[in-house]
Amino acid sequence: MTGRQVYVPVLAVIVFLALWEALVWVMGWPNYKMASPSDLIPAYQKYWELFLVMGWQTLWRTVVGLLLAVVFGIALGMIMGFSRVMRDALYPLLVGFNAVPKATVVPIVALMFVGAHDFNTVLIAFMISFFPIAVSVSIGLSTLEPEYRDILRSLGASQATIFWKIALPKTLPEFFGALKVAVTLAFIGTNLMEIVSPHGRGLGALFDSGKTNSDYPLMFAVLIALAFLGIVLYYVVVALERIFAGWADRTA
Amino acid sequence: MENLIEIKAVRHSYRTASGPLPVLDGLEMSVPEGGFVAVVGPSGCGKSTLTRLVAGLLIPDHGEVYVHGTRITAPRSNVGMAFQNPVLLEWRTILQNVLLPLEIVPSKLSKAEGEERARRLLALVGLEGFENKRPSELSGGMKQRASLCRALIHSPEVLILDEPFGALDAFTREDLWQIMHRVKAEEPFTGVLITHDLRESIFLADQVVVLSGRPAKTQFVLDVPDTGPRTLDHLYTPEAAAMLNTLRHQIEIAQGRVPAGAAA
Ligand SMILES: Nc1ncnc2c1ncn2[C@@H]1O[C@H](COP(=O)(O)OP(=O)(O)OP(=O)(O)O)[C@@H](O)[C@H]1O
Ligand SMILES: [Mg+2]
Repeated sequence: MTGRQVYVPVLAVIVFLALWEALVWVMGWPNYKMASPSDLIPAYQKYWELFLVMGWQTLWRTVVGLLLAVVFGIALGMIMGFSRVMRDALYPLLVGFNAVPKATVVPIVALMFVGAHDFNTVLIAFMISFFPIAVSVSIGLSTLEPEYRDILRSLGASQATIFWKIALPKTLPEFFGALKVAVTLAFIGTNLMEIVSPHGRGLGALFDSGKTNSDYPLMFAVLIALAFLGIVLYYVVVALERIFAGWADRTA
Repeated sequence: MENLIEIKAVRHSYRTASGPLPVLDGLEMSVPEGGFVAVVGPSGCGKSTLTRLVAGLLIPDHGEVYVHGTRITAPRSNVGMAFQNPVLLEWRTILQNVLLPLEIVPSKLSKAEGEERARRLLALVGLEGFENKRPSELSGGMKQRASLCRALIHSPEVLILDEPFGALDAFTREDLWQIMHRVKAEEPFTGVLITHDLRESIFLADQVVVLSGRPAKTQFVLDVPDTGPRTLDHLYTPEAAAMLNTLRHQIEIAQGRVPAGAAA
C-alpha cells in the first residue's frame, strides 16, 4: 500500500461528504427529507454505544453467513466443476433459487424459525451470497485446460492432488472476484432480516427504530455505518486476495 | 522386448455426440531405448491421441501399448510431457515449476538434490538466472524451455513432446532445436516428438513416422541416417532435401491429395 492508495480514496470520501452537505444546504431540504453529514454527528454522539453493539451484531452475523457461503459454495462448485452430470442437474435449480427475490424469503424464514434471530440472519446472509461463489468455482474448475490435468495425471497424480496443486490455486482469482460480490450481498441479506424481523438486533433494527421514532438523522447515520462496515469487509477480502492470489495481478 | 515403446495394432475411437469417431486404426510403432521418433501427419489425424496412449492417459479400444515391456493400462510416473501450450503454473517461480513432478513422483532425490538438478537443467537450456522469476516474466521460448526442464526433472523413461515448438517464431524454434540436441547429449532420453515441421523432424529425430489421415495408421517410416552431430547446415544438404521431398509427398498422400502410386 503506497501513500497514494490511502489518501486518494480518503480525499474522495471527503469530497463526497462536502458535496452532499452543499446539496442539502443549497436545496434547503429539511432533515426529514434528506439529512446532511453535519446532522449525523449528533446522531453518532447520542447513540454511539448502540452503534458499537448493533454494528458488531451485524458484522459477526454477516461474516458467519459469508464463511458458510464460502464453505458450501466451494463444495458445490467442486461438485459442479468436476462432474458434467451434476452441473447439468444442479445449474437450473441453482439459477431458479437465486432468481427468487430474497425479500420474499425473509418473512418465510422469520416465521419458520421464530425467535432464532441469529440463526435466521446468518441463514439469509448465507443464502443470498453462496451463489456467485459456487458459480465461480465451478467455472474455474470446468474450464481448466486439459493439458494442466494431463501433466499431473501422466505422473500418476490423484484427483485430489490435481485439485490442490493446480485446480484450486488456478481458480483463486475468480473465487476472490466472486467473494467481493458475495460480501456486499451478505450485508444485504443480514440487513433485510434485521429490518423485517420483529424486536431484532443489529444495525437493521437500529434503522427500523429510527423509522418508528421519525429520527431521520439516525436512519442516515445507520446507512453510513453500513457503508463503512461494507468497505471494511471488502478491503479485508482485497487483502486476502493480495496474499493468496497476488500472482494474478499483472498491473505491476 | 528390446524396444522401449511398442505400439501394436492400436485402434481407438472417441465417443462423440454424433456417434463414435474412429481416430486411430492400425497404428504400429516402436521406439528403441534412447531413440527419438518424430511423428508427422495431417492436422487432426490423431497424433495427440497417440501421445495420450503412450502416457497411459487413454486406453485404446483395441491393440496394445507397451513401455519397457509393461502393458500400459493406466498412467505411470515414467513419462515426461511437454505441449505446445507450456502450461506453467503462474503462482510458482520457474524453479518451483520445474520441481513440480518431484512432488508427485516417488523420487530417490532429496529436496536439495532435486533443486540442484533443476538448476542444472535450467542452466542447460540457458535459463540460468531466471530460477526465481514468474512465468509471466518470460518470453514464449523461455517458457517452453522451462516446460522442457519440468518434463525431464524426474528422469522419465519416455519424453513426450506434442508440438512443443509449434507456437514459436522460426528463429526461436531453430534455437530450441539446438538446445534439444544439447539436452539429449547430457540427459539421454527416449523420445516421441509430434510436429508439423518436416525440417524439425529430420533435424531432431532418428526416425520419422508419417501417419495417414484420420483414422490414422502408420503410413510410412523414414530412417534418418546417423551422420554424427547435426548442425543447421545439414538441413541444406542434398540428402536433407531428398528426405524432405519424400516426407512432403507422403504427407500429400496422407492428406488424400494424391493417390499413393504417384509418390516419387
Ligand atoms: N476427447 C475427445 N473427444 C472427442 N473427440 C476428440 C477428443 N480428442 C480429440 N478428438 C478428435 O479426434 C481427432 C484427433 O485428435 P488429435 O488431437 O489426436 O489430433 P492431432 O493429430 O493431434 O491434431 P493436431 O495436428 O491439430 O494437433 C480430432 O478430429 C479431434 O477432433
Ligand atoms: Mg495435437
